[in-house]
Amino acid sequence: MSLDGKLEIYGITDVGRKRSHNEDTIGSDKELGVAVLADGMGGYKAGEVASAMAVNMILEDLRENLRNAKRGQIDEETGFSQETLVVKNAIEKANQTIYQTAQSQPQCHGMGTTLVTVAFHEDRLTIAHVGDSRLYRLRGDVFEQVTSDHSLLQELIDKGFYTPEEAKKSLNKNLVTRAMGIELNVAADLQEEVVMPGDIYLMCSDGLSDLVEDTEMHSTLKSHGDNLETAAKRLVQMANENGGKDNISVILARTLKPFTAKKSWYTKVFDWF
Amino acid sequence: MPAKLILSLNNSVLGEFPLDKERIILGRKAENDIQVDNLAVSGQHAAIITILNDSFLEDLDSTNGTYVNGKLVKKHALKNGDVITIGKHELKYVNDEASDEDDEFEKTMIIRPGMAGHAAAAAKAQEQATPARPAPGAGQAAPGAAAPAADANLPLGKIQVLSGPGAGKELELKKALITLGRPGVQVAVITRRPQGYFITHVEGTHPVVNGDSIGAQARQLKDHDVIELAGVKMEFFVS
Repeated sequence: MSLDGKLEIYGITDVGRKRSHNEDTIGSDKELGVAVLADGMGGYKAGEVASAMAVNMILEDLRENLRNAKRGQIDEETGFSQETLVVKNAIEKANQTIYQTAQSQPQCHGMGTTLVTVAFHEDRLTIAHVGDSRLYRLRGDVFEQVTSDHSLLQELIDKGFYTPEEAKKSLNKNLVTRAMGIELNVAADLQEEVVMPGDIYLMCSDGLSDLVEDTEMHSTLKSHGDNLETAAKRLVQMANENGGKDNISVILARTLKPFTAKKSWYTKVFDWF
Repeated sequence: MPAKLILSLNNSVLGEFPLDKERIILGRKAENDIQVDNLAVSGQHAAIITILNDSFLEDLDSTNGTYVNGKLVKKHALKNGDVITIGKHELKYVNDEASDEDDEFEKTMIIRPGMAGHAAAAAKAQEQATPARPAPGAGQAAPGAAAPAADANLPLGKIQVLSGPGAGKELELKKALITLGRPGVQVAVITRRPQGYFITHVEGTHPVVNGDSIGAQARQLKDHDVIELAGVKMEFFVS
């Protein structure tokens, strides 16, 4: 199934104003309905090696394996669709390769990367993330963050030491508690969401979310959502206007019409109504 | 220089304590890191958790409570100049290095997960926490990073139908995504996210949870929430 004509994707990555090089990597495949964003870290230029490895390997893996996944079938044990399990597997394989490279190449020692990946399929979206790269969704008038950061700050919020407003002023902003390439195994957070026509999805690195308020992202998507390129460039511009202290990456995806009419997972539960 | 606490009583200084450990306990008993020997102070009264340059105060269910700048707190992120009061004693938090532009902190770093979790751990916890490390170190395993995905630990959610033809029926929320309702009338979806189960409106009017419309935003379900959808009442619970 090609998603061409049903989905628009536009991505942009920018070095920002303070850094000498860009450690973020983005990639997408519109026909396959997949987008990947990674924010690398560690060592001289090793961060960009890690993020590029993550994005390229995951894209390549999904190109090969997503088409062969048993469409719309749910795995009994995990409750996830087969597509989600393919994404999970791609992330785990990429993680191992990054980890092994970091171990064996002295110049890559200590490298790691965050990751956020989406895969559109049927009427669903598979979301996977590691670290503090995020996915937001605009549906109708509601703009919300769909992923929850693996960061010290989020832990502090969850434990009640900070309100989200207080957290914005904290110095501990850039401490992630999970990343790819740090250990042989990685636990990506996996989610599935229903996709509706007209939804706009925003993936970003912390270079955007640290410098541009959610409300500003919301209003930008609201006013420029019909042109993803304009909206994405405007978001990058806003982050740069606010200091551009980190690399800034944004991928926007918009669903144009429902993907399929297949609704096999509805059956059982509708008996109640 | 690490941040410190200056202990005083009736404006006379009794001592200075550098916050040079991840977790420092204050209390009446002698084994505490900071002993405040007064009957108004609980045996283990409060903890200060320090992570890099920031410190956090947590009251350890003390009898008389912990106040910061005159306000009763359970948990509090300390700011330079804050005055903590326990009983009649005061502890002033001094952190000269607090600044909002420190380039060292701008670089993304990875630390062991669960740092903040230690704050909530019981005061008696014997575990010796390792310090945050500034870069992902090769060979140094970050404990917890390889922990199974959070959703593996998520308690299983269930839904029981309370009214209508399906009353009494139960559904285990084993799938990552479950659609509920009557197509063409009202449909909602329950998704399993790593932090719990969320209900989101899909079609028709917005679903009602505990008597209130949830609007268009995803809402986290709590144990015993009652969902009304397409004329059917259901209860969400975790097993």
